[in-house]
Amino acid sequence: MFGYTIKRLIQMVVVLWAVSVLVFVMMSFTGDPTFMMVPLDATDEQIAQARRILGLDESHLVQYWRFLSNIVQGDFGRSFVFRQPAMTLILERLPATLEIVFLAMVMALLVAIPLGVYAGANPKKPASRAVMAGSLVGISLPGFWLGMVLIFVVAVKLQWLPSSGRGPTTEWLGMRVSFTSWEGFRHLILPAITLSVGTLAILMRIIRAEMVEVMKQDYIKFARAKGATAKVILFKHGLKNALIPLVTVFGLMLGDLIAFATLTETIFAWPGIGKLLVDSIYRGDRPVIVVYLMFVALMFVVVNFIVDVCYALIDPRIKIK
Amino acid sequence: MAAPHPLSSAPVPSRLQRFFASEFFHNYRRNLSAVLGSLIVLGFLFMVTIGPFLVSQNPYDVAQLDLMAAFKPPAWLAGGSSEFWLGTDGQGRDVLASIVYGSRISLIIGLVAMGGACLLGTTLGLIAGFYGGRLDAIIMRIADIQLSFPSVLTALFLMSAFGTGLDKVLIALISVGWVVYARTVRGSTLRETQKEYVQAARVSGLPNRKIILRHVLPNVLTPLIVVATIQVGTFVLIEASLSFLGVGVPVTQPSLGLLIKNGFDVLFSGLWWVSIFPGLFIMLLVFGINLLGDFLRDELNPRLK
Repeated sequence: MFGYTIKRLIQMVVVLWAVSVLVFVMMSFTGDPTFMMVPLDATDEQIAQARRILGLDESHLVQYWRFLSNIVQGDFGRSFVFRQPAMTLILERLPATLEIVFLAMVMALLVAIPLGVYAGANPKKPASRAVMAGSLVGISLPGFWLGMVLIFVVAVKLQWLPSSGRGPTTEWLGMRVSFTSWEGFRHLILPAITLSVGTLAILMRIIRAEMVEVMKQDYIKFARAKGATAKVILFKHGLKNALIPLVTVFGLMLGDLIAFATLTETIFAWPGIGKLLVDSIYRGDRPVIVVYLMFVALMFVVVNFIVDVCYALIDPRIKIK
Repeated sequence: MAAPHPLSSAPVPSRLQRFFASEFFHNYRRNLSAVLGSLIVLGFLFMVTIGPFLVSQNPYDVAQLDLMAAFKPPAWLAGGSSEFWLGTDGQGRDVLASIVYGSRISLIIGLVAMGGACLLGTTLGLIAGFYGGRLDAIIMRIADIQLSFPSVLTALFLMSAFGTGLDKVLIALISVGWVVYARTVRGSTLRETQKEYVQAARVSGLPNRKIILRHVLPNVLTPLIVVATIQVGTFVLIEASLSFLGVGVPVTQPSLGLLIKNGFDVLFSGLWWVSIFPGLFIMLLVFGINLLGDFLRDELNPRLK
C-alpha cells in the first residue's frame, strides 16, 4: 500500500509537469501578449522594452524554466485586465463554483441512486424503461440549452426564481457563500439543476448497469434463499456492492461538473471560475487562463489520487501490484 | 459465407438478402428504439441534403432577408405567419431555414471529426499494441493524461489557443477524440497478436505493415462502430458548447450551437423561439444517434449479451 501510494504520487508530479509543458507550448502559440501591455501607437523601442519586461526576448527554454520555477512557487503573474495576481482572482471566485458544483453533485446523487437501483433491480418494468429513456434524453441535450429553457420558463414567465447573478453572500469558514440565506439559495437552484442533469443521467445509467450485474451474483440468490426481505437484499446486498465502482467515477464526475460549470456560469452570470475563464479567453488574459488550467489540473490529479487510494482501501478484491 | 454447394440448385442469396435474413437485422426490426433512432438519423440526413432546396430562403443570402419580418413568432402563435413555421430572428431570418443550414454544419463537423479521430486513434492504437515498448508507453501516457481532463475543457483550451474557425473546431475535436479509439484498438491488438493466425502470418515472413493492415486491422474494427456512432453525437454537443461560448464556428457558418447563442441575447425579451428550437433539434439528433449507438452496443458486444 505504501509503495503504491508513493508510485501514484510520483505519477501525479509527472502529469502536472506534462500539463505545465503543454500549457506553456500552447500559450507560446497564442499570439504575443506584448500588445496587451503597450499602447497602440507604441514605438519600436517601447515594444522592445515591454518584451524585455515580459521576458519574451529570451529563448523558449529559458522562458519555460522561469515559468516553471514561478508556478512552483505559486506565482502565476498578474492578470493583464485586473492588474491583480491571477491566483487571487481564481481563489476569490472558487467558492462560487464549488457551491454550484457541490449542490449539483448532491442533487445528481439523490435522484440517480434511487432511480438507478429501481431500474437495475426491475429491468423489465415499463417504469424502468421510462427511466432509461429519460436518462438517454438527459445525455442527449445540451446542458446550457436546458439552462436557457429553465431561465425562460421558471424565471422569465413564472418569475419563481431569479435568472442570473449570485444574490447575497455571507462569510462561512472564510469563504463567501450564498446558500446560507434564503435569497442566496434561490439564486443557486437553477444553475445547480442545469449543471446536475448531465451528470445525473450518466450516473443513473452506471448505477443501473452495476445493479443489473450485482443482482445476478450468487450472494444475491443466496440471500433470497435465506429468506432475506426484498429491502435488505436490494439495499444491503445489492446497492452496497453496486456503489463501489461509483467511487472510481467520482473523479470523472467532478471533472465534468467543473468543465460544464463554464457554460452554466456563463448563462446564469454566476461569478465563478468558469465565467472568469470564458471572460479571460475573450480578453486574451493569458495569466488567468494559465492559472485556471494549472489549478484545475492540480485539483483533478489530487482528486484522482485520493479516489484511487480510497478504492484500494474499500475493495479488498483489488490487488495492488 | 461458405461457397454454395456446386450441385445445389437454390439461387445464391445476394448480399442484401443475406443481410435481411441475418440475426442482426431480425433483432433490429424487433427493437423499437433502434428503429426510432435510425429514423431520426435518416431524417436528419435527408434534411441536410434535400432540406436547403425545400426551405423558402437561404438565411445567409442578405438579399433574401426582410427586416420587416424580424422577430415573427412561430406560425401557430398570434402574429405568426405561415411563411415562417418556427418564426424568425432579429434579421428576419427564417428559424427553420437556419436550423436546416445549421444542422448541416453541425452534422458535417460531427462526422468529419469522428472520421479524423477514428483514423488517428486507430493508427496510434495499432502501433502501440503491435510494436509495444517505448512507443506504446509514450502514446498511452499521453492518452492517460488527456483522459484525466474533460473533453469540453480540453477543446475549449485548444480553441482559445487556435482562434475560431471550422477547421480549428475539427482539429480540437480530433485532438480530444482520438484517445478512446487508441485505447480500444490497442487492447484488441494486444489480444489479436497473441492469436495463431497472426503468429502464422509472422512465420510466413509477411512484413509487419501487411500483418497490421490485412490481418490485425479487420479484427479490431467491430468495437469501434459503437464508439464512432456515439462520438458523432458527443462531437455535435461539444461543438455546440464551443460555439455557444463564442470560440467555435465563425458567425458566417453558424451551427446549431451558434444559433442558440444568437437567440440567447433575446431570450429575456420573451423571444424564445430563436434559441429554443435549435436546441430542440440538437437534442433530437443526439438522441437518435444515442438510441442507435445503444442498440449497436448490445448487438456487437457479445460480452454484454
